[in-house]
Amino acid sequence: MPQWLHTFGDQYLMWNEGPLIWISDVLILLTGFGIVFVLTYFKKWGWLWREWLTTVDHKKIGIMYLIASLLMMFRGGVDALLLRTQLAVPNNHFLDAEHYDQIFTTHGTIMILFMAMPFIFALFNIAVPLQIGARDVAFPYLNAISFWLFFFGALLFNISFVFGGSPDAGWVSYPPLAGPEFDKGPGENFYLLALQISGIGSIGTGINFLATILKMRAPGMTLMRMPLFTWSVVATSLVIIFAFPALTVALALLLLDRIVGTHFFTMTHGGDPMMYINLFWIWGHPEVYIVIMPAFGVFSEVVATFSRKRVFGYTSMVTSLLLISVISFFVWAHHFFTMGAGADVNTFFAVASMAVAIPTGVKIFNWLFTMFRGRIRLELPMLWTIAFVPCFAIGGATGVMLAAAPADYQYHNSYFLIAHFHQVLIGGVVFGMLAGMYYWWPKMFGFKLDDRLGRCAFWFFNIGFYVCFMPQYALGFMGMQRRMYVYPANMGWNTLNLVSTIGAYLMGIGFLFIVAQILYSIRYGERDVTGDIWDGRTLEWSLPSPVPHYNFAVIPTITSRDAWWEMKQTGQTQALRPSADEIAPIHMPKNSGRPFILSACFFVAGFGFVFEWFWLAALGLLGVVICLILRAFEYDDEYHIPPHEVVETESALGRL
Amino acid sequence: MALAEKHVTSGGSARASSIEYRDPHQAVRILGFWLFLSTDMLLFACLFATYLVVRTHTDGGPTPHEIFDVPGFTIETFLLLTSSFTGGLATLAMRNGHKKQLMVWLIVTILLGLGFVGLEIQEFMADVAEGATMQRSAFLSAFFTLVGTHGSHVSLGIGWMFITLLQVARRGITEVTARKVFIVNLYWHFLDVVWVFIFTVVYLSGVVM
Repeated sequence: MPQWLHTFGDQYLMWNEGPLIWISDVLILLTGFGIVFVLTYFKKWGWLWREWLTTVDHKKIGIMYLIASLLMMFRGGVDALLLRTQLAVPNNHFLDAEHYDQIFTTHGTIMILFMAMPFIFALFNIAVPLQIGARDVAFPYLNAISFWLFFFGALLFNISFVFGGSPDAGWVSYPPLAGPEFDKGPGENFYLLALQISGIGSIGTGINFLATILKMRAPGMTLMRMPLFTWSVVATSLVIIFAFPALTVALALLLLDRIVGTHFFTMTHGGDPMMYINLFWIWGHPEVYIVIMPAFGVFSEVVATFSRKRVFGYTSMVTSLLLISVISFFVWAHHFFTMGAGADVNTFFAVASMAVAIPTGVKIFNWLFTMFRGRIRLELPMLWTIAFVPCFAIGGATGVMLAAAPADYQYHNSYFLIAHFHQVLIGGVVFGMLAGMYYWWPKMFGFKLDDRLGRCAFWFFNIGFYVCFMPQYALGFMGMQRRMYVYPANMGWNTLNLVSTIGAYLMGIGFLFIVAQILYSIRYGERDVTGDIWDGRTLEWSLPSPVPHYNFAVIPTITSRDAWWEMKQTGQTQALRPSADEIAPIHMPKNSGRPFILSACFFVAGFGFVFEWFWLAALGLLGVVICLILRAFEYDDEYHIPPHEVVETESALGRL
Repeated sequence: MALAEKHVTSGGSARASSIEYRDPHQAVRILGFWLFLSTDMLLFACLFATYLVVRTHTDGGPTPHEIFDVPGFTIETFLLLTSSFTGGLATLAMRNGHKKQLMVWLIVTILLGLGFVGLEIQEFMADVAEGATMQRSAFLSAFFTLVGTHGSHVSLGIGWMFITLLQVARRGITEVTARKVFIVNLYWHFLDVVWVFIFTVVYLSGVVM
């Protein structure tokens, strides 16, 4: 083998790292060839470009977010299983320390940024315009840019595994560990640039959905008549808008430290590593509320629908969402009570953190009161909602324990903390997102996900969850610290660690059942012919499944909360069925390939910065600028769907 | 824009009379831009916070007092504040339907902006020549990053305003071009406000303290 190929293989392809990399290389190549082959064989390249890569339709963008987040859940889940396998028995050397560091870093980063975030955005896109009676979001072109920036950010992050090396300083990437002195190589650069690129997309989504909800509601849909999921998106978007810039700055400054040689967070020349930690958590704590609040929104929809009651305490639900979004900005320092900021600072943040439990408790009681004396149907979305309540209550209670600053000195960075945040993030966010996926799946695809396989997934995942994480609370009390890759046999941790690993594998089986359920249901799932398969309450259920691309042939006029339910009760559902002469031309945005190309240019620029190949970075940024200029001169980006086309579609659906 | 005309509400009635708000599709973009500005404001807020934390961390290198050049930053301030005023005159001309005036004021604004950026580059180069580089100390890292981020925003704004100018030249004052002129001016005024903070927090207090 020529020398340069050898060097390239070792330095960039990491062939000296062992079988984990080789297997991934082979799998990626096979998958890549498989995709190319299938697309070519079935002549689907044009279809892919026209229908998906260039789409600005919020429903399709939502589906792409959903697919991406399920794939990332797989990647993050495999990471988790590798970690738990390593910890199953003492003195294990399944992974070495370096690989363990990389895998817990990618596990955390992927689960938060590339699994939870796209999952909430999937539900935003799928549900919000339909719930408020709009034909698309306020800025469809920006929406496509947001998705593709997320996509290429995630791609950049995942490529690090087989090209250049994964980041290894934890999902928080604290300097000085992540700084230029102690973490050489491209790994951390991958982290910084991938998050930066997808973060810009997230800011775009926050702006887009806030503007959509404020300005594009159907006539009569006052703020206090909006469905609670839409309200949760308002609260989430506000938090995104106010929190993400802090992440942008934290990442940018650390990147400057690493590739320009500045001294923001270094140990010498006056740098202050704690500044990074503050900036990171000024974003980071609101971020966990960004991912949990949409789950709260899903639960509110699901509980009301499957109890056949209007939600209990609507106003207090809205108020508590907004309170949570405000308080979320005053709790960040509880991530580092041990920094030594002093008793007064810690007291403030401790009290603020505990205060979060109040609006959250209000919501929990409201959901319970909604179920009380309701006619509960235990469909899959409701099952996950019911599982959420005790799980999140325990997670919240241990959260209050952690918020008690003096006690936190004991729990800090122990497995108690790990168990706590997995309980709120899995029990809250993942359960909520799965409930939302099951709930809106028929709306997206026109068929229901199979119930039997879904129940298997539910029980494996739930039992697995408690088996996995309850022992970790105890391990935390017994002194086991997070991020340790190996432990001696005489600590008394052996049994609990083994049990925890078994639980992780049970959750893995649960995930496989979800995959099986989706594949099975594509062929055999119950078809949704009415568009209202759950006997729903909000506007999206007044539309056929899947929804025609213009959503509403005629924009409805809203007279009450739970508009569709009221119409069904009073026998006025015909009001939403247009008559042929009512249908006017519909104004829609044109598809555009530029969001995809623009984001690909960001990817090229990011890749250039990762390896400090500045010519490549400059080339990528030039592409970005060209795309922006072309957009500025684009005036013809909308078209009208002629009425006869709408009439045809609607009559084919039997709605005229 | 994918929305029915009738169910988009425009701004208040006073605004509804001005051309940039008349079409609801354009009005919603202005709202979106305000939301974007709030994110940009927070970005600067974080950079200011970082600067305030490390501004005394000079590591034995140049101090604010030593490198800030009073006449230089005073002229920069004068140029930028004036450009904000001429930008306002451009908006006024646009609302009155005077295309030529609008273009003249945009050009004046661009020239003033170019003068500002030119002076800032000169200031930075002089600093670097004296050994006050970004890599010297935490204070200098934060100084160059904060002021440089503002400067690159202004540079971007100049390019953007120029592109908007070309569109006005080609298409005249329509509801769409009016919205574009209005938004680029919003951006410009925002950068002016940020500069006022840089002037006081960085330069003035740096010279005084």
